[in-house]
Amino acid sequence: MTTMEEAAAKIAAAGPCAPRLARDPVNQAMVNNWVEAIGDANPVYADPAVAAASVHKGLVAPPAMAQVWTMPGLHGVRADDDPMGAILAVLDEAGYSSIVATNSEQTYHRYLRPGERVAVTTELADVTGPKRTALGEGWFVTTVMRWTVDGEAVADMVFRVLKFRPAAVPEPPAPVLRPVISRDTEFFWAGLREGELRIQRWGDTLRHPPGPMPPGGSLEATPDYVVASGRGTVHSYVVHHHPPVPGKRLPFVVALVELEEGVRVMAELLDAAPDEVRVGLPVVAAFVRVDDELTLPAWRVAR
Amino acid sequence: MSEAVPPLRIEATTTFVVSTALATRDFQDVHHDRDAAGARGSKDIFLNILTDTGLVQRFVSEWAGPEALIRSIKIRLGVPCYAGDTLTFAGRVVSRDGADVELAVSATGSLGEHLTGTVTLTVPGGAP
Repeated sequence: MTTMEEAAAKIAAAGPCAPRLARDPVNQAMVNNWVEAIGDANPVYADPAVAAASVHKGLVAPPAMAQVWTMPGLHGVRADDDPMGAILAVLDEAGYSSIVATNSEQTYHRYLRPGERVAVTTELADVTGPKRTALGEGWFVTTVMRWTVDGEAVADMVFRVLKFRPAAVPEPPAPVLRPVISRDTEFFWAGLREGELRIQRWGDTLRHPPGPMPPGGSLEATPDYVVASGRGTVHSYVVHHHPPVPGKRLPFVVALVELEEGVRVMAELLDAAPDEVRVGLPVVAAFVRVDDELTLPAWRVAR
Repeated sequence: MSEAVPPLRIEATTTFVVSTALATRDFQDVHHDRDAAGARGSKDIFLNILTDTGLVQRFVSEWAGPEALIRSIKIRLGVPCYAGDTLTFAGRVVSRDGADVELAVSATGSLGEHLTGTVTLTVPGGAP
């Protein structure tokens, strides 16, 4: 016997809880609210004249309201001896935090009339699990509730809930890592948005990645840029297997490409399998649009 | 005597889900609070089980007549009925013993079978 079954057996052995009285006697206002919401137009519940002439010889409450009369209400708390509260606490403790009703089997011994005040008892009947379900792993908890009026049984219900540990929700695809864009590099990212691979130029010298000053360190110089042809060859590469990178499917190839213009630019090589990529492989620039703000540089094999 | 119960369509609007939850005194947040339902992993608020029992009672009563005595309603829940869905109740007679009738019932929404169950009732005069 598992710990859970032992706990359940102990709770079940205590038998039904003490009868708990309904807040209100069976009353026309709650019946009217109920038939209005459910859309049940049967006049034996609401029309005194028709009800008086019916088999009931007077107004009766809808039998399906049996459980309604003893619902705990907006601020209801379970009684200390309520076996449902006891078993749910044990399951909560074990990590089965969510609950869903699965079965309701109501038997009506007779119809209730306005003015009658019902009481309810609850008994733990069965706890079965752990079961794998579409919602997650959980335990089926079956209780038996009995409604009485002055000790006379008027309705019974076998009620089953699934108390479960929610299945892990798959994480949505992570967004890509976004670059930090500075005043020195803004032209580069702006070019990508327009389908241009822009290389920073200080006089006759190309520099990539772009920086705040020329390789010589002059503080007076100001850069412009050239638009690269986009053609180049793989100078070096890595095949990235691990760790996961947001927005990327593993493995992927990152290539350092030597452009015709003589500078090297690093970006993902999109369409070469890890065993296809090699040093010297001819590639062309590609532009991967992420959103209105961001387009990433990339390479495709020159085929 | 017809052996099939005429179908009943229920538009389970948000208003319907909330008003039936309150009319059955079921104040679980998943039946009236869309944000809370979402936080618990549901895509929307959904119908509560006391309302399902009530709808089954209405469904069989509309077929059996106002004086039919409902003896039992036993239902098993399948997929949830989220706000905005439409349920179609269907039923058929499984057995008859004089005035006593047993029905098999189901309610189906856009996600599939929402509930299945059996109802026993006594129909005055054995009709319909």
